[in-house]
Amino acid sequence: MAHFIDRRLNSKGKSTVNRQRFLRRYKSQIKEAVSDAVSKRSVTDLDTGEQVSIPKRDISEPVFHSGKGGNRDIVHPGNDQFSKGDKIKRPRGGQGQGSGEGDASDSGEGEDDFVFQISKEEYLDLLFEDLALPNLQKNQLDKLVQYETYRAGFQTDGVPSNLDIVRSLKGSVARRIALTSGKKKRLKELERQLELLKSDKHDHDLKITELEEQIAELKRRIKAVPFIDTFDLRFRNYEKRPVPTSKAVMFCLMDVSGSMDQATKDMAKRFYILLYLFLTRTYKNVEVIYIRHHTQAKEVDEQEFFYSQETGGTIVSSALKLMQQIIADRFPSDEWNIYAAQASDGDNWADDSPSCSEILHNQLLPLVRYFAYIEITERQHQSLWREYQNLTEIHPHFAIKHIKTVDDIYPVFRELFEKSIGAQKGVA
Amino acid sequence: MVVKKKSKLLSDGPDWSFELLEQYEAEIDRVAKHYGLDTYQNQIEIITAEQMMDAYASIGMPINYTHWSYGKKFIQTEQNYRRGQMGLAYEIVINSDPCIAYLMEENTITMQALVIAHACYGHNSFFKNNYLFKTWTDASSIIDYLVFAKNYVSKCELKYGVSEVENIMDSCHALMNYGVDRYKRPQKISMQVERERQKEREAYLQSQVNDLWRTLPKIKALDKEKNPRFPSEPQENILYFIEKNAPLLEPWQRELVRIVRKVSQYFYPQKQTQVMNEGWACFWHYHILNHLYDEGRVTDRFIMEFLHSHTNVVAQPDYNSPYYSGINPYALGFNMFMDIKRVCQNPTEEDRHWLPEIAGKDWLETVHFAMQNFKDESFISQFLSPKIIRDFKLFAIKDDEKDPFLHISAIHDEQGYQSIREKLSAQYNLSNLEPNIQIYSVDVRGSRSLTLRYVPQNGIPLAESKGEVMKHLHRLWGFNVRLEQVDESGKNPLIASCPPANEQSEMAI
Repeated sequence: MAHFIDRRLNSKGKSTVNRQRFLRRYKSQIKEAVSDAVSKRSVTDLDTGEQVSIPKRDISEPVFHSGKGGNRDIVHPGNDQFSKGDKIKRPRGGQGQGSGEGDASDSGEGEDDFVFQISKEEYLDLLFEDLALPNLQKNQLDKLVQYETYRAGFQTDGVPSNLDIVRSLKGSVARRIALTSGKKKRLKELERQLELLKSDKHDHDLKITELEEQIAELKRRIKAVPFIDTFDLRFRNYEKRPVPTSKAVMFCLMDVSGSMDQATKDMAKRFYILLYLFLTRTYKNVEVIYIRHHTQAKEVDEQEFFYSQETGGTIVSSALKLMQQIIADRFPSDEWNIYAAQASDGDNWADDSPSCSEILHNQLLPLVRYFAYIEITERQHQSLWREYQNLTEIHPHFAIKHIKTVDDIYPVFRELFEKSIGAQKGVA
Repeated sequence: MVVKKKSKLLSDGPDWSFELLEQYEAEIDRVAKHYGLDTYQNQIEIITAEQMMDAYASIGMPINYTHWSYGKKFIQTEQNYRRGQMGLAYEIVINSDPCIAYLMEENTITMQALVIAHACYGHNSFFKNNYLFKTWTDASSIIDYLVFAKNYVSKCELKYGVSEVENIMDSCHALMNYGVDRYKRPQKISMQVERERQKEREAYLQSQVNDLWRTLPKIKALDKEKNPRFPSEPQENILYFIEKNAPLLEPWQRELVRIVRKVSQYFYPQKQTQVMNEGWACFWHYHILNHLYDEGRVTDRFIMEFLHSHTNVVAQPDYNSPYYSGINPYALGFNMFMDIKRVCQNPTEEDRHWLPEIAGKDWLETVHFAMQNFKDESFISQFLSPKIIRDFKLFAIKDDEKDPFLHISAIHDEQGYQSIREKLSAQYNLSNLEPNIQIYSVDVRGSRSLTLRYVPQNGIPLAESKGEVMKHLHRLWGFNVRLEQVDESGKNPLIASCPPANEQSEMAI
């Protein structure tokens, strides 16, 4: 007789550990595929999973096996046209039908890629591996700013306003049952005996009196059990716990003057999206504020931010001023983790650059967790870059980077957020 | 029987329940006993598709040590399954005692019955009775051994690091096919003894190895001719040789080599009996379920669904069909066993001439005899009848590299029967399939380099991967490794080495 065992409810992930081993082993190749994907993908679907392909030869497990050539004699089924001694032309593609499977796959699929899917989580893990939010540790305490009151069971003592009536009465009922049920049983028993004695033809006066006394005593004791006791009272308990603010706001600042063409904006957009994804992994709520500017700054929505074109000169400080104002109005820095990324092609009115530097230095940088400036241009740096460069030496959480092509975005992003880079700069 | 027909009819589902499975299993068991099938106790486990893929990934075993290649296999299977490029097997059965069989929950009751008859009685009795399995595997200890192996490997990973262990395992896997004793009978060892002995071995082996090298300088005076070659005979079991003789391996590394070697040995018979094993299982699911139908235990609907699946399983696409990928072992094996039965019951003149030993004998005894005492190679050369050759329309193509044309060397006619039979048999000879590579010598007094020899068959060269495999061998051996090809001229040219030949000579200087 056989045993039947239902294994369907057993854990499914028997191979998970082996899968992880595989990912671990080919991390460098997979990472490469992932960073390639960042620049290839369209911007909108950046946070789904990713198809990863690795050249098959990199992951093959070599064994000794026979190669092509030599002299073989292979039996096949289904002869429909041949007789002994027939000559046939060798099929193209080497061995073809003449050889076993091993060889056929050798010449046929040898260079194929091993393609597989990684989940969104795995993808983002790889994408942001080794990256840390700059200054996160230093500001960790700042994050624990709010307290939240929550119910934490019941207690036996408390203020009357916290009394839980239902719970208390339940306790009272339970206590009364516990204290009286034995006596009630006994009472019934005695009453039954009394009935018997009374209905008996013989006289049992003595016994009857005795029983009646006992019954009276029991009734008295049952009555003595109080309806509600201090012992029954239950009070709702409340406790406070600290809630780290999971709120972050990200300011995207971009120059939209005539010199910024659509391709440049796209590059900036990819950078913003990377930053956004990265922030969402750390914070629950991430607000995004778009500020675009030419000679004047304006808060806009995403569509307008990326796709409308304006002409005119460039005054960067206008955007910084607007940002400062928005922070003052809506995002007090003790409640919000403020990040900012500014993209520009480096054009600015020469007179304006020192004032940008000053606004940043005195007003913005003390408020924000991190401020990144990326310059997307193939030309020489101009005054803004030089001004900003001076600032990086004073403020460790201010960084500037230069991007030339789409391929630079991810490496630059990694450089900006590489773990411990903040610390190093702090030392310098 | 016909009288009781109605009362005994089993439900044909199509959904299954555990009670129904038990009823079917009991009936199948009864019929199997009637035909004299001797099996291990069955343990039947119902699993989901995902668990089936897990089982695929760990070479079908319910438990196995951790290795990245199983993860790769899993990812591959999952990808193919998700895209609908492949279906999953209806079952997996493990050569263990009790015999564990996995059934997919998606199967209908008909499929479950088919699978129970096929795996739990067909394969199971084959595992228990075929001489190769009896000699090479110990069904009662395999699960215990794998538990031991899994724990040992994970212990080593904790102690020495995942990468260290992975390196050794990779190298062993590369040589897995050369970790088999083809002639010696491995000893049976129980779980406890294995564990105790492993500790002893660790200490003992290490001292043995050091000794080997320490004693050598004394015989320096002897001239080369008189020096005994080490090893004195060529060694086919490369992993065994490594385990016992590699100079630099740590004891735990030797144990890992041993684990891979043992697992390889366990699977060795399965490679050699694919046609027979599948044929035997198909033969019996066919007979058992038809017997139940003849008795009136199963419905018409049941038997039609069964025949539909059965026909798909034993179909053989022709050489020019897009579905052709070699000879289907299910088809060949099933038809050969059916043919043996036919020859026993209704032999023709031709059969009396070709198969005189079995023509007209008791068919049940004969098929059992055939199952017990052969492997694919010998089974085909013994029992492949002209009728099968005609039915399959077998023909042989000769493919000589030097010739611009392919030649048809034999077809299914009077002159070709013998030749087809020999060629097909040779095709299942494992020694023809796996390149013949043996350890030839170790330079014990010099560089300690290890020399292997490849003996080509029919001038077939080794594939390019040999260079990579030699790197793995080098990792295990720790000193230079060389691979020579034996040729008629006696020059035996070097075809691969690690480190590569030019560097080696530089190092010698």
